[in-house]
Amino acid sequence: MSDRHYMRVRADMPPGHVRTPAYLRGKTGWVERTLGPFPNPEQLAYGHKGQPLPLLRVRFSMEEVWGPDVDRPHDTIDAEIYSHWLEPSEAPHAP
Amino acid sequence: MTNDTAFDGRRWHDMGGTAAGPVPSDQHDFSLWEKRVDALMIIASGKGHFTVDGLRRVLEDMGEEAFETMTYYERWIASVNQNLIEAGVYTTSELAQRMTEVAARGPTYGEAASE
Amino acid sequence: MPHDHHDHLSPSGHPYRPDDDHPLTYWQQMEIAVRELLIEKGETTAQEIAAQIDAMDARTPSNGAAVVARAWTDPAFREALFEDASAATREMGFDIGPMRLIALENTPDTHNIVVCTLCSCYPRNLLGLPPDWYKSRAYRARTVKEPHKVLAEFGVILPDTTTIRVHDSTADMRYVVIPARPEGTEGWRAEKLAALVTRDSMIGTGLPKAADAA
Repeated sequence: MSDRHYMRVRADMPPGHVRTPAYLRGKTGWVERTLGPFPNPEQLAYGHKGQPLPLLRVRFSMEEVWGPDVDRPHDTIDAEIYSHWLEPSEAPHAP
Repeated sequence: MTNDTAFDGRRWHDMGGTAAGPVPSDQHDFSLWEKRVDALMIIASGKGHFTVDGLRRVLEDMGEEAFETMTYYERWIASVNQNLIEAGVYTTSELAQRMTEVAARGPTYGEAASE
Repeated sequence: MPHDHHDHLSPSGHPYRPDDDHPLTYWQQMEIAVRELLIEKGETTAQEIAAQIDAMDARTPSNGAAVVARAWTDPAFREALFEDASAATREMGFDIGPMRLIALENTPDTHNIVVCTLCSCYPRNLLGLPPDWYKSRAYRARTVKEPHKVLAEFGVILPDTTTIRVHDSTADMRYVVIPARPEGTEGWRAEKLAALVTRDSMIGTGLPKAADAA
């Protein structure tokens, strides 16, 4: 697990068009692959040019997202998150 | 009295993990008018008047009631139209006059749509 | 010729919904007005709109099925597909445009399922238009939280040893699941294999048909 790059999704809750799902905010996952650059949809949505941003596929465990009581804690969710929503982090603590 | 339903910032369209019932199995075939809506979205966004992000933004801003009461392509034509108005491709006045004229052609889609 | 087929059966074989006999709705009124204004202002033509509809009608899950069948029979293509699915499928004639395609491999240990919790992003060039259930609140809400229960509703029961990987299509990626090749299909040609590949098996809510169901 030491070669994983853990990232925490910022827990911000802004209004408007954002593509970081609320259920992942404040959660920590690891980088599955790096994509991008892709233009920022938060700007494109309002008719502005989108600043190119790195896009990352981040993988989260079900137990990290929904808590330790889930039926299948080791299933995973992969989501594409723009880099300005991510902060380098440590592995989530084991419960 | 505490406000138990204080808004926490999660917007209505951000549905992941929210409570919901069984996945519905009914499926409808798409009408010609619905396919035209889809085509207009592809063509107009392809011309650069707006992006799919703008389409989504307007759909989101329409609110939850629109999701519950309007069909998918009803919401799409509303969004395509708003994006085109914002882009200045035509004016509200031009749209208004044309919609009135369309309605006057006849009571069904077949009569009102020109081929 | 190009307009005639719109009057009878849709590509699925069902009749088009009888709009022509139903009262004109406000939103249909808007569609007609918007379409006419765009044509009059030179933004598009009736021919371009009809061509776009025809192009969309031509995109069916058989596109995706051809990709899967080739992945099952052509090891070099399979490797290229998982390396860069956009390039591999473009070479077959399926262009994802500005999006990027990621192919997801189902194995005995791993089952993939795709959802767009925020709207209805879908690999339309490979699978056609998304089904109504994919766009439903229930699918968008529950698939990221209890995929095993959603799968059970679709009739897919997986062993406890299989890891379910949910993919939330939040940005510019589009996903196609490459299901495992069914048993008992050794020596089958790609065309025969493609007939086993269902749309739902490429979304992840189904499995391919069995060899004896072909």
